[in-house]
Order: sequence, then C-alpha cells, then structure tokens
Amino acid sequence: MSKEHDHGMTIIVKTVTRLTVGLIFLYGIYIILHGHLTPGGGFAGGVIVALSFINLDLAFGGKVSAKIFSRGSTSVIEAFGGIMFLALALLGLRWGGFFDNFLHPDGEPGMLISAGIIPLENIAISLKVGAGLFAIFLTLITLQKFESEKK
Amino acid sequence: MIELYVLLGLMIAGSLIAIEVKNLLSAVIAVGVVGLGLSIVFLLLKAPDVALTQIVVEIVAVILLIRATLNRDIAMKYCGRRPFGAIMGILFTGFVFVIALITFKDGLNLFGAPLMTVSQFYPQNAIEGTGAMNVVSAIILDYRAYDTLGEATVLFTAVVGVLTVMRSPGKKKEEDLQDSK
Repeated sequence: MSKEHDHGMTIIVKTVTRLTVGLIFLYGIYIILHGHLTPGGGFAGGVIVALSFINLDLAFGGKVSAKIFSRGSTSVIEAFGGIMFLALALLGLRWGGFFDNFLHPDGEPGMLISAGIIPLENIAISLKVGAGLFAIFLTLITLQKFESEKK
Repeated sequence: MIELYVLLGLMIAGSLIAIEVKNLLSAVIAVGVVGLGLSIVFLLLKAPDVALTQIVVEIVAVILLIRATLNRDIAMKYCGRRPFGAIMGILFTGFVFVIALITFKDGLNLFGAPLMTVSQFYPQNAIEGTGAMNVVSAIILDYRAYDTLGEATVLFTAVVGVLTVMRSPGKKKEEDLQDSK
C-alpha cells in the first residue's frame, strides 16, 4: 500500500476513479475543442474538466489533486482565461470592432481549424469556468473541514 | 410525446419530495432527479447544447450541495402553516389557468412555429458568416459575444464572492488547505 491509500475513499472507488478519470478529462477536452462543430462548447467542456479534478479530490483526498492543480493555480488560470477572452475581443478592434472575427476565412467549415477566433474563445471560457468551479469546490471543502475540526 | 409527460411527472414528484422530506441528503438527491429530468427534456426538445450544459452543471451542483450540507449541523426551524401564502398561490395558479384557457382556446402553435425572421437569418448565414458548423456556438461567440462576456463576468463575480465570504476561516489553516482527512 503506497502513501496515497491513506486518505480518501475505499479501494473500490479509487480503482474505478483511476480507470475513468482520464477518460472524463479527455471527453472535456474533446467537447471544448469541437465546440464549433458539435454540441457543447467552452462552458460545458470546462465544467467536465473541473469534474474530473473534483472526482480525483473526492476519491483520493486533497493531496493527490493538489499535486496536479493546486488552489493557488486555480486563481491564476481563471484570471488568465478571463484576460484571454477579453484580449481576443480587444484584438478585433484592430480589424473592425469589438469581438470582430478577425481570423475568419481560415479553412473549410467543418474542419477542426476553422471558424476564426471561436475555438480560441471556447478555450478561454473553458479555462475560466473550470478553474472557477474547482476553486469554489476547494473553498467549500476547506470550510467544512475547519468546522469539523472546531467541534 | 408520452415520454415528455412521464419526465414532467417525475420532475414534479421530485420537487415535491425535495420540499417535504426531512432528511437533507434525500432532499438533495431529489433536486438532482429534477435537474437530470430537465436535461432529458431539453434533449427531447432538440436542444443538445443546453442539455449537455444542464447535465454537467447539475452534477457539479449536487456534489457541491452534498459536500456542503452533509455532516454539518444546520439549525432546523419548523415552519408553521401559512394560510395566506397558500390562498394566494392557489388564486394565482387559477388566474393563470383561466387566462391560458381563454387565450389558447384554438390550440397552441407547434413547437418552434411560426418561424421568425431572426431565427431564419442565423441558420442561413451562420456557416459562411463565421465558419462554425455549430450555429449555437456561432451565435453565442460571434453574433452575441457581448452576452457571453456578461455571463463570464457573472461567473467571475460569483467565484470572487464565494472566495471572499469563505475566506476568514480558511486563512487559519493555510498549510493543509487541500488535505481532507
């Protein structure tokens, strides 16, 4: 038994999580990157990516997920997503206006590289939504732990 | 169409259980039933984007509610019967029912009909205008991108609000913030 078995839930939950959490993460990435082709987009994909980290945190305890995605980096990544979205909007001012799709004719519609800045905006929104929801989750867990220690 | 009515009945039953049941975990699970039923209703009404967003947000909400409410002694306060509120609710529901009977006595329009000018413009022009095959994505990130910017601002404000309200107890255990034993 390695050290990571000390915290978190039972061995059944840990095994199932180890098998599925990568698939959940990849599904979120797929939803984000194909947001301009299939249903989904930045918001839903970002929530799925955050769910994979929440799954890790619930099953293995906080130390494992803190190694990959710590609490301090959630704030940085959320701010980076917001600034990236706003910077894409402001770059459009150079070519025509706020939120101008300045990359537009850039490939066949239906291919992965198409639709101008829409995939980049999807990535920005997914960073913002995923990091924000994971930060809320970590904050609520911390508060609950503090209250249970106080008793 | 029968599956829609089954789902609506399930959602009404779930919301009633969530109000009436005493156990907090059962109430949260009943709320989850309502949200998952709503997601399938969106799918049946041919809105897969909204269905996907609804199901993932519902899962996050149920996890957060369970983690935030379980193992915590919340002061339970018994609410007595409020006859004035019940009477007003029944009166308002009856009023809406009568108005709807008068208005729709010739039958409702089909879902999505009549097709309006704006909703004709987007499917015809979105693909050559933006290059995105998903028309919903083209609308929310190109034609109506200001709307998405406002939505991102709302989410940012919510995160900042939660972090601010929860900050004072969290600060004292800075060294093992993520360690949930």
